[in-house]
Amino acid sequence: MGDLNKLTIEAARDGLRAKDFTARELTQSCVDAAESSKPLNAYSVVTADQALTMADAADARLTQGDAPSMCGIPLGIKDLFCTEGVASQAASNILKGFLPQYESTVTTKLWNEGAVMVGKLNMDEFAMGSSNETSCYGPAVSPWRKSGDDAALTPGGSSGGSASAVSADLCLAATGTDTGGSIRQPAAFTGIVGVKPTYGRVSRWGVVAFASSLDQAGPMAKSVKDAAIMLEAICGHDPKDSTSANMDVPDFEAALTGDIRGKKIGIPKEYRLDGMSAEIEALWTEGADKLKAAGAELVDVSLPHTKYALPAYYVIAPAEASSNLARYDGVKYGHRAELTAGDDIDDMYSKTRAEGFGDEVQRRVMIGTYVLSAGFYDAYYVRAQKVRTLIKRDFEQVFEDGVDMILTPSTPSASFGIGAMAQADPIEMYLNDVFTVTVNLAGLPGVSVPAGLDSNGLPLGLQLIGKPWGEAEMLNAAYALEAASGFVAKPEKWW
Amino acid sequence: MSIDVKTAARVAHLARIQVDAQDLPELAGQLSAILGFMEQLNEVDVDGVEPMTSVTPMAAPLRADEITDGGIQERVLANAPDAREGFFSVPKVVE
Repeated sequence: MGDLNKLTIEAARDGLRAKDFTARELTQSCVDAAESSKPLNAYSVVTADQALTMADAADARLTQGDAPSMCGIPLGIKDLFCTEGVASQAASNILKGFLPQYESTVTTKLWNEGAVMVGKLNMDEFAMGSSNETSCYGPAVSPWRKSGDDAALTPGGSSGGSASAVSADLCLAATGTDTGGSIRQPAAFTGIVGVKPTYGRVSRWGVVAFASSLDQAGPMAKSVKDAAIMLEAICGHDPKDSTSANMDVPDFEAALTGDIRGKKIGIPKEYRLDGMSAEIEALWTEGADKLKAAGAELVDVSLPHTKYALPAYYVIAPAEASSNLARYDGVKYGHRAELTAGDDIDDMYSKTRAEGFGDEVQRRVMIGTYVLSAGFYDAYYVRAQKVRTLIKRDFEQVFEDGVDMILTPSTPSASFGIGAMAQADPIEMYLNDVFTVTVNLAGLPGVSVPAGLDSNGLPLGLQLIGKPWGEAEMLNAAYALEAASGFVAKPEKWW
Repeated sequence: MSIDVKTAARVAHLARIQVDAQDLPELAGQLSAILGFMEQLNEVDVDGVEPMTSVTPMAAPLRADEITDGGIQERVLANAPDAREGFFSVPKVVE
């Protein structure tokens, strides 16, 4: 029973039901892979004992028959999700030692279906980053390397541990979260599928908050079908999240027919950036041609406010983060600084936060504080929220004109070296999100699908953007694109 | 908008993050660069545009005003750095 960890959810589900292997064997295979993957630094914790206990429960359920699709499927969970009694610290020193007394809604739904937790996954601190380098655990490393070069590359961020773990077969799939591209960019960098659902589709309850009006959790998986299966398991109304939509959850897997004849796919001209690499440009054109060959109609569209999405995002997200992160004050949980005689409560707050937050988090909290402060609120925050209205309106116009979904590159480049951006301006790192951040601002669903390798042998992804609540249709087009791309490359094992 | 050292110190104070005086110039420079990037938003004509308050059109849900939780003092305090006699403990607040 070698290599069970390399299975897809779909294949594992069928194998478990056919009694070809047990959930315990499958889980053991993932635990072994996770425990022997230290150079990837993908896991912050491997919960081996808990995983095997959960696997045994799944086996009992499978024996009884009628087990859900996710029953017995070993998953990695991003460290941003609260998991009861298991360290959950959003890759921040300020939450060191925090053991949640409750379970997030997303993970509760997965465990109710019988899924198995292999462990918690590395990420950028509080999901703020695009390379996993802001993590208090140190960077997660991509299993991919440039051909003929053994330099460590980033799996992207913020869900970098999730991307690394799925790509390296250290679990069958993983949870991620996406505030500006944190599922789709790492998925693109590591040759996997990542879905950011419509805002409100997945409950945010029990997920450490970064920017509440933008955050959505979603699946990171080895195929579009796996992503559809897992997405269905985590969706649904949750009274504990007041922004959770009270809507029926479609059967996403059944929607994957691969038939996209007559669908109108928009190609937005504003995503053709000055100085964009020829490889990304070619990938995009080839992807569009493949969808056309499958019967879709290509339509040139315009999203005129695209260039203002990143600056609007970098007002709104830090503003929300500065208020969300006010709760880390050394009182209720996590780290508290050592105080000296005469220190008052303000000293406790400011020393605790200086010690507990890393540089990027401090920077964003301070930017957020500034743009919300008296005298600047209208000039920055209110203006950014007006621009956000215009960005959403751009998409609404395109959809009203009959376009069914939009095709873009996922990222402006392939993965880059760990440390390569160390001397760069913070804004250069922010540019990683240029193609993904509009989707969060407009509350839309988006999926990154692996579409090819660049000249260095590194994966590149294409993004499909759907209508609000249009995940089923979007995933079906992603399924057609996946089939047409025939992406089967895997990283060669070196870790 | 350029941020000087004095403004950086004020923002750090408002955010309750201690920053050493020697680190303030670099911080001011970084904050200025990020704010400079945001200046692009001034190019957009936003006259008559409503600022977004909710990305999906939905009314805030209401529920009955009932006690649905409670009696979990130990769990609430379980992660506190300093909890005493059923309370969170902090340095003296009132002189």
